Amino acid sequence: MLFLQYFISGILTGGIYGLIGVAIVIIYKATEVFNFAVGALMTFCALICVSLLTDFNLPFWLAVPLSLVLAGVLGAIVERAGLRPLLAQPILTLIMATLAIESILRGVMLSIWTGYTISFPKGLLPGKTIFLGPLFIPHEFLYAFVVAMVTFGLVGLFFYKTQTGLKMRVTAESHEVAMALGVNITRIFAFTWMLAVMVGALAGIFLGNRLGLQVIITSSIAFKALPAIIFGGLDSVAGAILGGFIVGVLEKMAGGYIDPKVAEITPYIILLLILLVRPEGLFGKKRIERI
Amino acid sequence: MWRPCGAIDDTYEKDLAIVRTRLQWGGMLAGLIALFLMPYYVSGVTLNTVNHIAITIVALHGVNILTGMTGLITLGQAAFMAVGAYSMTLMIEFWGWSFWAAVPVATLITGLVGIVVGLPSIRIKGFYLAMATLAAQFIIPWVIMNVRPDLTGGTDTITVPAPSLGGFKFISQESIFYICMTVAVLVTYFTRNLQRSRFGRAFVAIRDNDLAAEIMGIGIIRYKLLSFFLCSLYAGLAGCLYAIWMRGLSVEHFTLNESIWYLGMLIVGGMGSVPGVVFGAVLIRGLNILVLYIGPYVGNYFDAATATAIELGMGPIVFGLVVLGFLIFEPRGLARIFERFKAFYRIWPFSY
Repeated sequence: MLFLQYFISGILTGGIYGLIGVAIVIIYKATEVFNFAVGALMTFCALICVSLLTDFNLPFWLAVPLSLVLAGVLGAIVERAGLRPLLAQPILTLIMATLAIESILRGVMLSIWTGYTISFPKGLLPGKTIFLGPLFIPHEFLYAFVVAMVTFGLVGLFFYKTQTGLKMRVTAESHEVAMALGVNITRIFAFTWMLAVMVGALAGIFLGNRLGLQVIITSSIAFKALPAIIFGGLDSVAGAILGGFIVGVLEKMAGGYIDPKVAEITPYIILLLILLVRPEGLFGKKRIERI
Repeated sequence: MWRPCGAIDDTYEKDLAIVRTRLQWGGMLAGLIALFLMPYYVSGVTLNTVNHIAITIVALHGVNILTGMTGLITLGQAAFMAVGAYSMTLMIEFWGWSFWAAVPVATLITGLVGIVVGLPSIRIKGFYLAMATLAAQFIIPWVIMNVRPDLTGGTDTITVPAPSLGGFKFISQESIFYICMTVAVLVTYFTRNLQRSRFGRAFVAIRDNDLAAEIMGIGIIRYKLLSFFLCSLYAGLAGCLYAIWMRGLSVEHFTLNESIWYLGMLIVGGMGSVPGVVFGAVLIRGLNILVLYIGPYVGNYFDAATATAIELGMGPIVFGLVVLGFLIFEPRGLARIFERFKAFYRIWPFSY
């Protein structure tokens, strides 16, 4: 029974890791930038959502779409100001650029929302924690899980059914081919960032609903999504989702069976093990290098 | 390189020298004397900052060897510093070792930990390696906090006994200044020579293309691990200095954020450049101090709660903007600006 409890809570948190993972992977696939700023971006958007709810007294159903729109704008700004001037630079430059953006966003967040924990208003999501015999399921995470699933579906539809999605996929395949086919790849980069930040914002909003938002702590939760995407392969969206579930479950299992403190670093131990054994992950492309 | 014309080398020793002309010798000696007389003409607060910069320079040379020269990205330098600082303190506290014996051993321990963390670099590089070191940055403080909290104090701060030599206790900032600055100068000298040696050239070859380097007969596994070893050796040394400078240790001092700052300083200073390390450390730490001074003035325009929040947020904002600005406008950092200045100065006023 305990096993089932850990399994369920693992799957539910795994859904959020999967969302964060997808936000990282779509940017990596299209632009070959590894976005270390995803945690700060996601916290920023979630804090915007809280402010819309509490300071502007908007209803929940309006505040979420509005903060998603603002997330898109934020993504576009970050791409235009920070990453566009650094097209085709070496890896370290790109990593450092996203880390610098993370630092700037963190500073802005600390200035606006201070370093204290900020909670969403209570009772935004109808219902309460579900008890199924000995099992309990936090309803916020259940909503988060459903939203994550719907988002995965929508992102999939977007990639496979729309013109822009098609352009994104060809850009991910090869920048040269995309340009030869007449795709304006800088515009696709901007779209990709907007989409990714929106997906990240959803993760931030649902995470904050359950745990509250603290600038530094919430941002660092995003790092737990790294093992998820490495597990599935850095360039596989489906892999990121599956990896999210696996990391979530393993984290809860380690926390439950060994020691709650071990849960904090379980994702990173998994990360090291995957990197040592199978760096390209489950579904990732194995790189062949030429000199 | 950057020599006035007419100075011709007639021996190999002269050709290999770092300091080449009489003017450079004079400048260097005057600079060193001015540096080591610093406690006599600056205040204690400034000296405190100078000590912090000296410690930063030691750690940053390590990052420069690993990331700047070998091209392996590390996001875990602060965690390595923690290993050095804690192992030194524990040896002094529980085994009763003297500071002078504990430092080399603690440094060596850190180096070995660095090799273990560097093991994934045999198979992976780029983003993947950055993530492996990131994992170390999370795991090492966790181990310090949770494995033996009775020894390391868990999340609490533990005090570090002051080092002593023949009855003299190194407690004041002045006395610590002499330890830190001597180490910083020696480490800078060592790194400058390392860069010109067989090892330094092998590192650079691996950075530029590791496959090509391997084909040319450089054992890349050996050199990558050596690079990790040296990087964490420096980190361990810097950690020991940090411990005696702070006189108290807490894992809160060795966060991921600190590691990111080291990478940022490297970018600002100039990747792979030894003088760049010094420039980067001085500029970023200096800016941070400047922000601390300016913060209250900016805060005056807001109410008290907003003011504290803004003072808290200004540091990261300034750091991020400076690093991003350097990445976009001067990717080779202050070292490149310095080179350009020297070239300009040498041919001035006839710029042809």
